[in-house]
Amino acid sequence: MSLTSDTPLRLAPVNAWWRKPWLFWLALFVATWAFSTYSFALYKAFDARWIVRFPAALQLPTESWVSEALRWLVEDASFGLFTVRDLTRAISAAIEAPYTVVRSALATGFMDGQGSAANQIAPELSWIAVTVVMVALGRYAKDCGLALLVGACFVYLAVFGQWDSAMITLASVLIAVPLGAVGGLALGILAFRVPVVDRALRPLLDLMQTVPVFAYLVPILFLFGFGPVAALVATIIYAMPPMVRVTILALRGVPEEIVEAGRMVGCTRRQLMWKVLVPSATPTLMVGVNQVIMLTLNMVIIASMIGAGGLGFDVLSALRRLDIGGGIEAGLAIVVMAVALDRLSQAFARRAPTVLADPGQSYVKRHPWLITVLAVVVATYLAGLVMPGLRDYPESATLTTSAFWERAMEYVNVNYFDTFEAIKTTVLTYLLLPIKKFFTGIPWAWGIIAIGLAAWKIGGWRLGLMAVLMSGFIAFSGLWDKAMTTVYLCGASVLIAYVIGVPLGIWAGTNDRANAVLGTIVDTLQTLPSFVYLIPVVMLFRVGDFSAMIAVVLYALAPAVRYAAHGIRSIDPQMIEAGLVSGCTRRQLLWRIKLPLAAPEMLLGLNQTIMLALSMLVITALVGTRDLGQEVYIALTAANTGQGIVAGLSVAFIAIIADRIVSALAKRSEARLRAGA
Amino acid sequence: MNSPANSGQPASGSAAERPVKLDCRGVWKLYGPHIDRLLADPSNRPSFEDLQAAGVVGAVRDADVQIRQGEIFVIMGLSGSGKSTLVRCLSRLIEPSAGAIEFDGTDLLSMSEKDLIALRRTKVGMVFQNFALLPHLTVLQNVAFPLDVQGLNRATREARAMEMIRTVGLEGREQYYPRQLSGGQQQRVGIARSLVGEPELWFLDEPFSALDPLIRREMQDEFLRLQNLLHKTIVFITHDFEEAIRLADRIAVMKDGQIVQTATPEELILNPATDYVAEFTKHIPRGKVLRVRSIMAPHDATAAHHGSLAATLTLNEAAQRVAAADAPFAVTDATGQIIGQIDAHLVLRALSEAAP
Repeated sequence: MSLTSDTPLRLAPVNAWWRKPWLFWLALFVATWAFSTYSFALYKAFDARWIVRFPAALQLPTESWVSEALRWLVEDASFGLFTVRDLTRAISAAIEAPYTVVRSALATGFMDGQGSAANQIAPELSWIAVTVVMVALGRYAKDCGLALLVGACFVYLAVFGQWDSAMITLASVLIAVPLGAVGGLALGILAFRVPVVDRALRPLLDLMQTVPVFAYLVPILFLFGFGPVAALVATIIYAMPPMVRVTILALRGVPEEIVEAGRMVGCTRRQLMWKVLVPSATPTLMVGVNQVIMLTLNMVIIASMIGAGGLGFDVLSALRRLDIGGGIEAGLAIVVMAVALDRLSQAFARRAPTVLADPGQSYVKRHPWLITVLAVVVATYLAGLVMPGLRDYPESATLTTSAFWERAMEYVNVNYFDTFEAIKTTVLTYLLLPIKKFFTGIPWAWGIIAIGLAAWKIGGWRLGLMAVLMSGFIAFSGLWDKAMTTVYLCGASVLIAYVIGVPLGIWAGTNDRANAVLGTIVDTLQTLPSFVYLIPVVMLFRVGDFSAMIAVVLYALAPAVRYAAHGIRSIDPQMIEAGLVSGCTRRQLLWRIKLPLAAPEMLLGLNQTIMLALSMLVITALVGTRDLGQEVYIALTAANTGQGIVAGLSVAFIAIIADRIVSALAKRSEARLRAGA
Repeated sequence: MNSPANSGQPASGSAAERPVKLDCRGVWKLYGPHIDRLLADPSNRPSFEDLQAAGVVGAVRDADVQIRQGEIFVIMGLSGSGKSTLVRCLSRLIEPSAGAIEFDGTDLLSMSEKDLIALRRTKVGMVFQNFALLPHLTVLQNVAFPLDVQGLNRATREARAMEMIRTVGLEGREQYYPRQLSGGQQQRVGIARSLVGEPELWFLDEPFSALDPLIRREMQDEFLRLQNLLHKTIVFITHDFEEAIRLADRIAVMKDGQIVQTATPEELILNPATDYVAEFTKHIPRGKVLRVRSIMAPHDATAAHHGSLAATLTLNEAAQRVAAADAPFAVTDATGQIIGQIDAHLVLRALSEAAP
């Protein structure tokens, strides 16, 4: 052919058998498998213990470096005029003051004095008032349906006796969300305006989003002590990065013409930002605020470990006591609250501006709803002073489902114990244990080489070098074995989540009704704080790797489904039509056209699945895994900053390596599609 | 200017004497590495190939444009020809790589940000292809936006905005949001916004390209009506040659970042400078564009005339009368002076002539 004569040099090497890419992967896998299986034999044969255990002499004292650095920061570091300790105290005070006010108003009432000597000088708001405000917000943001949903959620909290804890959680959310959103907006604007800040912020954000949540808690515990303020600081830091990203994205997404229109009418820089860019980007920014709210709720629950109190604390203590009913009750309350807050903030994000009311009317007439709500709040507050029943939901009317859950769980455990046990044992024996043996058997030295080779092959030498350095850090910090346990658990969970999620996603992508149903389920699953997933799993399967895996699969399922569905749906309909007129069967249509075209999107879904799995995995340390998550959790309980940060960084590095490799794959597969088009 | 056949399209003769409002000389806009080096010597004019060799994209190359007061100056070119980049250089939305631009004799490119903002607030308006309306503001607020930015109080700015909304025929919709309007209505808002500051220089960047053909035509008429009312100096960008012919006093045709020819519509049709321009003019109905004065023969005082025709009539208008007559017509200018003569033969030849 004439084509070959033009490009003989390019064709020849690709045809050569030793250059086939699959051969490289086969060789890499076989070598890894061999090393993994025979590492122990090698160690015995050569009497070289370093093969299976990282030599203690080589281990770097990364933990104590970090601990020392933090100690220096807290005790000696100074900005000249004030010390770091002064700074943290100032931050504490700045957060504590509004938090105290909100918590007093919602939950505890205003107190005079400290501790047990405290005297209530004014009670908290009535549960009726809070519910009415929420209902009114629902009506204002969207419609009566939403108002009804939100109202039902808050009445549920009152009727089922979760009100006080829920209000403490709500108070934390109310403080953390504005701070996180405004802080994120400010940083995002700064990064948008100053390219240097953008470049500096980017890797930091990557790291912040991959470092497991527990790892945040350790240094914050050290800097801010135990208590609600430390929990709030952790929450704000955790919830801010997505807002920064969304802000940058939203500002960049404002059409160039709108910016030019702003400049052409003679806006100053400030006017351009606040009158043109930010308002035009508001719908996207509100999506960021919604994310901040959901992450805040997630973190407030987790931060109950360092003293946030509220619903998270109830779940945590119930889990520790193995109090099934109490745990499920508090967990459901979290779910209810998450659903209410999510729907409410989403409605605000989508809310279209309404036509202005006639400004000629009086303020009262223009805002009938606002006045009514205020009247209810004041009336119930005053009435509550004389009638406590109006203030606190009467205890005698509370329902508790605790006993019901206990009995239900007992029934399940008595009648289906064998079934569950059989499932558990089967999965453990035939899936988890072989994978575990494979990963934990890999000698550390070969592990570093193998991951470096794989990364190099997929993403070039830079990626390879990065993978080697990062996995090297893990090994030299003495965390190789635990890291491999993490990789194994994460890998197995991702595998299962993907095997379940992708077919569901394909189904949702091809069937509208399935899409509606699955979409709702997936959306709801995603709004639930990660903590909640632990409860039923522990109840049914008790602690251990299997329980952890189930929780991780449940949590990480959503992106696998969603991206697959989206990938299938966003295929150009002309491609499908082209397939149909070529006489494809449905099966051929799926395998020959839809799947290849949706591949880049599905790889992105895989990436997200891995990220969620890793973040959940750390939380499953609570149900007794022996991986890096456990290391972080131990560090948290022992307030060992060095240990916590090093282990946290190790998890982040695993996440970053996985992210970069999968992203590179996605990019390649997309480039291939575009080149073919 | 006042003769009915000539409304909205001042003859090129009178335009030539008007002062230059916007003077742009030797403007370059390059994208790529080491641009300064390429343009360091002003006498050096790198060719398309030079730029390609240096890995530089020449979005605008050595553009010379003089826009005179009160004229509609159309910059026409296909996508990628650099017309949008040029208009953004003229409005200094982007900084040219080299060249000089003067607005009313003051150097636009050396202006401080403060002066530039002041200039844009009072002297320049711009309309955008995709309307560029602020989605969170009502029609009224959008139109009042330039005045809001200037810090005028609400009553004043809304009164002036309402006036402008009436001018573009959108009254009754001032409380609507942009997304509730059709494309044509949205562009009316964009036009009202660009005019509310009473600019002297009016940029329109493909204002009607995003509209359906019927609406586009309607908007072109509306645009001519407004210009008859307001007499702005206009820089109008389009990729549609027919639109250019219909609206322009003068047209600059752009290709690959360069201005190929600047001329009145008639001159373009009669004397296209390159094959590229001829390719466009070939498909233009000549009878609608060419006027009697451009094809008339010298006045022959000995010949008997059937009657007289205004020099500014289009050939289509002249054809009916000329065809029926057996003697030539005298051609008269605005003052009634005879300046030439024309007969059916001349008109037919001009109408049927293929591109030279």
